[in-house]
Amino acid sequence: MELTANHASNAFPTMLSEEMLEEAEQSKTLATARKTVGTPFVDTPRMTCRDIQVFYGDKQAINKMSIDVASNEVLAMIGPSGCGKSTFLRCLNRMNDTVLSCRVTGEVKLDGTDIYHPSVDVVPLRARVGMVFQKPNPFPKSIYDNIAYGPKIHGLTKNKDELDEIIETSLIRAGLWDEVKDRLQDPGTGLSGGQQQRLCIARTIAVSPEVILMDEPCSALDPIATARVEELIAELRTQFSIVIVTHSMQQAARVSQRTAYFHLGDLIEVGATEKVFTNPLHQLTEDYITGRFG
Amino acid sequence: MFSYITPCVLLLSIAAYYLGTRRANSIAAASGGMKELHSLPTHYGVFTAICSAAPALIIFALWIFFEDKIISVLVTRSLPADLQQLSANELTLVLNEVKNIAYGGFGAGHSGEAVQAAAKTYNLLSEFASNLVAGLVIVACIVPGCIAYKKITKDLRARNIVETTGMAFLICCSGVAILTTLGIVLSVLFEAIRFFQSVPLTDFIFGLDWSPQTAMRVDQAGSSGAFGAVPVFAGTLLIAVIAMMVAIPIGLLSAIYLSEYASPTFRTWAKPILEILAGIPTVVYGFFAALTVAPLIRDLGSATGFTVSSESALAAGLVMGIMIIPFVSSLSDDVIHAVPQSMRDGSFGLGATHFETIRYVVIPAALPGIVGSILLAVSRAIGETMIVVMAAGLSANLSFNPLSAVTTVTVQIVTLLVGDQEFDSPKTLAAFALGLLLFVFTLLLNVIALRVVRKYREQYE
Repeated sequence: MELTANHASNAFPTMLSEEMLEEAEQSKTLATARKTVGTPFVDTPRMTCRDIQVFYGDKQAINKMSIDVASNEVLAMIGPSGCGKSTFLRCLNRMNDTVLSCRVTGEVKLDGTDIYHPSVDVVPLRARVGMVFQKPNPFPKSIYDNIAYGPKIHGLTKNKDELDEIIETSLIRAGLWDEVKDRLQDPGTGLSGGQQQRLCIARTIAVSPEVILMDEPCSALDPIATARVEELIAELRTQFSIVIVTHSMQQAARVSQRTAYFHLGDLIEVGATEKVFTNPLHQLTEDYITGRFG
Repeated sequence: MFSYITPCVLLLSIAAYYLGTRRANSIAAASGGMKELHSLPTHYGVFTAICSAAPALIIFALWIFFEDKIISVLVTRSLPADLQQLSANELTLVLNEVKNIAYGGFGAGHSGEAVQAAAKTYNLLSEFASNLVAGLVIVACIVPGCIAYKKITKDLRARNIVETTGMAFLICCSGVAILTTLGIVLSVLFEAIRFFQSVPLTDFIFGLDWSPQTAMRVDQAGSSGAFGAVPVFAGTLLIAVIAMMVAIPIGLLSAIYLSEYASPTFRTWAKPILEILAGIPTVVYGFFAALTVAPLIRDLGSATGFTVSSESALAAGLVMGIMIIPFVSSLSDDVIHAVPQSMRDGSFGLGATHFETIRYVVIPAALPGIVGSILLAVSRAIGETMIVVMAAGLSANLSFNPLSAVTTVTVQIVTLLVGDQEFDSPKTLAAFALGLLLFVFTLLLNVIALRVVRKYREQYE
């Protein structure tokens, strides 16, 4: 744990320090064991995950993962398809509960409370840990109703003015207000793909979550829409913790402060993004980011 | 006479198919491989077969259609001048007699020489015509077949021709369906117009009294007949509303349970069992209503101090509602099931409960399909006959009391048309008017419902 704390102190390097370069020089031989290397833990975690295992029926999808999510950071999860990134992400707001055969063991804490404890209700949990999906999935309602949905079901507003305000601020923060302010009553499904995804993000932040989970939010978008969503993610970091699963290493490098590399159900390496991409500690990570695997 | 023409054409076109395919194969072999051909060899085969069968079948069909008219005209011409002078109606009678004798039946005893002669002419003519047409058909089969066979080259676009013909065939099939519908509507319409010649349209639509008795004799008293359709439609509406009040909640809620909450194993068992309800013959529902439900309601009513007639709208409506549950539940279950999981995930991801997700996301998205299933059920309820015949009664009371006996449009149509009827009295023709009005009514209902759905639906993708 001591080692962890040391690493945590420079969890967000703005540039590669001399020390890190030296360290990289020294560790010419990369780790190969299936054990997490790097800095999975931070000093002030928002969420902590310990020994998470996920089974689909008899098949184990995730093998003993431990990682923290810090406040106001973007944590990127990369790795080849089928490595368990999305499954792990869905553990963080118990979306796996909707899959019948899925079983989760281990401990996930949000601000110190175990979210898998029997006394915890999943409904307020999901309001605190919001989720944006791979394919934009606006409800077949008006733009207004899409965003009003969350505040309404959670009773966040007392009257229409408050609701209008939430809708406006959510849309502004999602960078969509100027595009849709004149047609809030139009169906959300009529927007373009990138707008739909930003609408889904606006919908998520309308219930003021603490953590936002994003499951490949840009994989169905064109490069321009992707750039807008990435800008948005960078902005949202000031208020939320964001965990993003992505297949694009460039995207991980652009938006995240820390990066976790997953490999076939194992968490291989976690570290400051620049370090993972320039000086990976694990052989598998290096193989993946240099394109030899995956 | 014609019994051998169809097999003959069939055999010839099979031969044409075989020859066409063989020729295409040999052309391919000669010009260096299958890729040199524009289409597959089977396309050439089908092309040849179509070319030989289509003209023959068209000629055959035309002949069947016009045979009677052509021969009748020819026979009429052969009749003596004094018979030809007769009026059109009388001439038809004479022609019928000619045909009867020609077919070996017995003419009216007094058939004269001229008619006997005409019958002979008729027989000769039709025999000659059959032979002529048989020959024509065979020729029309062989000649175009041979031309098509000769036309097969490696550049012939047989595939395009075959596929266009296939499309034309599909158009013809849908045309048959549409024309049949049109035919039914028109036949009902014409009979209804005949009815409205004796009973004014306004009396029929706005009349509050329904007692379709007409006088057998002119001097008969008290049976002038009253043809006001309002009580009949009120009864139909009352029973349909009762039925929908049973079927919509039970059907829709069980559909929601089945598609959203039930485990897959339960769903695979429960859904077919619900659908069995749709497979029970309506006549069985009818006596269930008349023998079990109606007495039950009557006894319940007398125990609680209501007067319930032994045939009541409530009994018929309840049983009808049970009958149409599967229409609502099965179709609604399918459309709810078809709402993409991503919609539910999006709602769960915002912290909505399962119930909120169903209420605010799934049901609105599935609404058009649900309304469609309800519409189907309503049409079924309005058109249903057997249950109401047995359980609702025959007396046309203008009443919205579900405990009284009422009658429905379908019941009245049945009673008006059962047995030997004269098809020129308004009593019988009223059935067609009722049918037409019922048709217009359901059509209007459908149009309104579709408009409502278009306004309120939430369309995903």
